[in-house]
Amino acid sequence: MGRPRAQIVGVGETRYTRWGKIGDVTEHALACQAIQRAVADAGLSIDDVDGLASFADDRNEAVFLAAELGLPALRFANMVWMPGGGGGCAAVANAAMAVETGQAEVVVVYRSLCQGQFFRFGTGGVDASAPASPKPPTLQQASSLMLASMGFAMPYGLLMAAAAYALPTRRHMHLYGTTSEQLGRIAVTFREHASRNPRAVMGGRAMTLEDHQASPMIADPHRLFDCCLESDGACAVVVTTLERARNLAKRPVEILASEQGAPKGYAFGPFTNANIADALYATGGCEEMASRLFGKAGAGAGDIDVAQIYDHFTGCVLLQLEDYGFCKRGEGGPFVESGVLSWPNGSLPTNTHGGSLSEAYIHGLNHVVEGVRSLRGESTCPVEGAEVCLVTSAACVPSSALLLGRR
Amino acid sequence: MSDRFFPDGMPPPLADATTLPWWQALCQHRLVVQRCAACGQTRLPPAPLCPECRSGDSDWKELSGRGEVYTYTIVHRPIAAGQKLPYVIAVIALEGAEGVRMISNLVGVEPEAVAIGLPVELVWEDMSAELALPRFRPVVPSPPSPLERHDSGPCSARR
Repeated sequence: MGRPRAQIVGVGETRYTRWGKIGDVTEHALACQAIQRAVADAGLSIDDVDGLASFADDRNEAVFLAAELGLPALRFANMVWMPGGGGGCAAVANAAMAVETGQAEVVVVYRSLCQGQFFRFGTGGVDASAPASPKPPTLQQASSLMLASMGFAMPYGLLMAAAAYALPTRRHMHLYGTTSEQLGRIAVTFREHASRNPRAVMGGRAMTLEDHQASPMIADPHRLFDCCLESDGACAVVVTTLERARNLAKRPVEILASEQGAPKGYAFGPFTNANIADALYATGGCEEMASRLFGKAGAGAGDIDVAQIYDHFTGCVLLQLEDYGFCKRGEGGPFVESGVLSWPNGSLPTNTHGGSLSEAYIHGLNHVVEGVRSLRGESTCPVEGAEVCLVTSAACVPSSALLLGRR
Repeated sequence: MSDRFFPDGMPPPLADATTLPWWQALCQHRLVVQRCAACGQTRLPPAPLCPECRSGDSDWKELSGRGEVYTYTIVHRPIAAGQKLPYVIAVIALEGAEGVRMISNLVGVEPEAVAIGLPVELVWEDMSAELALPRFRPVVPSPPSPLERHDSGPCSARR
């Protein structure tokens, strides 16, 4: 226990709404609001903040936010390469490294999304309601490595995340007999959790397995209710040293371990890469990372009291449950069907806030927020005596994860 | 507007200098994969180094265009106006290049008949003077609807 361990001391968020509903505030103003609330939750002042950390697909550069917030000095401004949803936990880990190595003392991790003010993810910038362009398609110069890679997906209409992540899930169904009803069980469980959470966008909308099965097909096997929400909103997490954490407003939550991970040859994952190793294709790609994460903390899947698992799609949750060793490879379907993910009676209460499927889609930083609340006893689905919480970022892309512990 | 698989107005294909030779081969109706000149490992998409032996020397191997469906999704939402729905995106395991797959579309097949393991062959779609795209169709005609298949034994053997 000699290693200095960073602590999460504050969490906060703005209102969460459906996609495009926040039009009166800019995305960066919303980020400032979430940061202010998280700092206040910690019992700190904005004047104490000397670092900002985020992860890929962020339009709100830390240097501008620092100026808008009036930070006395910005000593640490950091961005994770792992793609969008895959990097939330890694951003918290970077904040932890910064405070543990003295790069900064109080680092705030943030994410703000007002998609309605920009463009909708997964459209490739095309408006499907506009008349078709008369120009026949021609080959164009890719302005980034990412776009050159997308060149192997876009011409075939592979633009929507719902279609991309259907590919590994469909193969999992083929290999192991996983069913749509089993996927639906995940969505229904998280919706039940959301019904207790006043912040949840879908908190007032009950869902049964029949509703799930009747929801329209988006990209087979993904029905509408297998897909996460598209939301507007922002949240933030405050990280500082153990020393600084001792006398703050709330009981600190310790970062027991963190990891980032992309297996060999993974690149961006199945979205653009059809050539992921066969043994990895129908997985979340997190198995090696999970074993390193647990190894660092001297823990195992059996030590997890509560989990916040990135749920861009129901299938990706199921694949991660296997990756993290909660059940054997191929057994995710029967595992979720048994009710383990349900609060309060399941053995692994998961996404106690409702997740991206039912609380809000804030690229999973809201899962870190809920992880902290679940260890403080502040969750609306409180897990009695919970000491260790697993938080994961998006799977089927290069990912990251945290083990959080109650002090 | 035509019998194209997708309407015009879809996001354009994008290439850089590393991947450009692959696209140029498509224009000549040649489906190729990059082959390491040192260890013979084939790879797609094209990349500057062999990830196995790190040699930067490579040539291009032309494939038969046959393969089988490795996984797929049937998409019910349009990207561009006028798009025919649903459409099938499939990952094709390519014959003649061990472990190499590509993302493409299945054409000439009813969505219900798509299955992992389905044998497929390449069909070219000329998009413009400088662009052709490889799509795939079942090698055997797609089976009749499940109801008919139930009644006629010999057809079901084709699956």
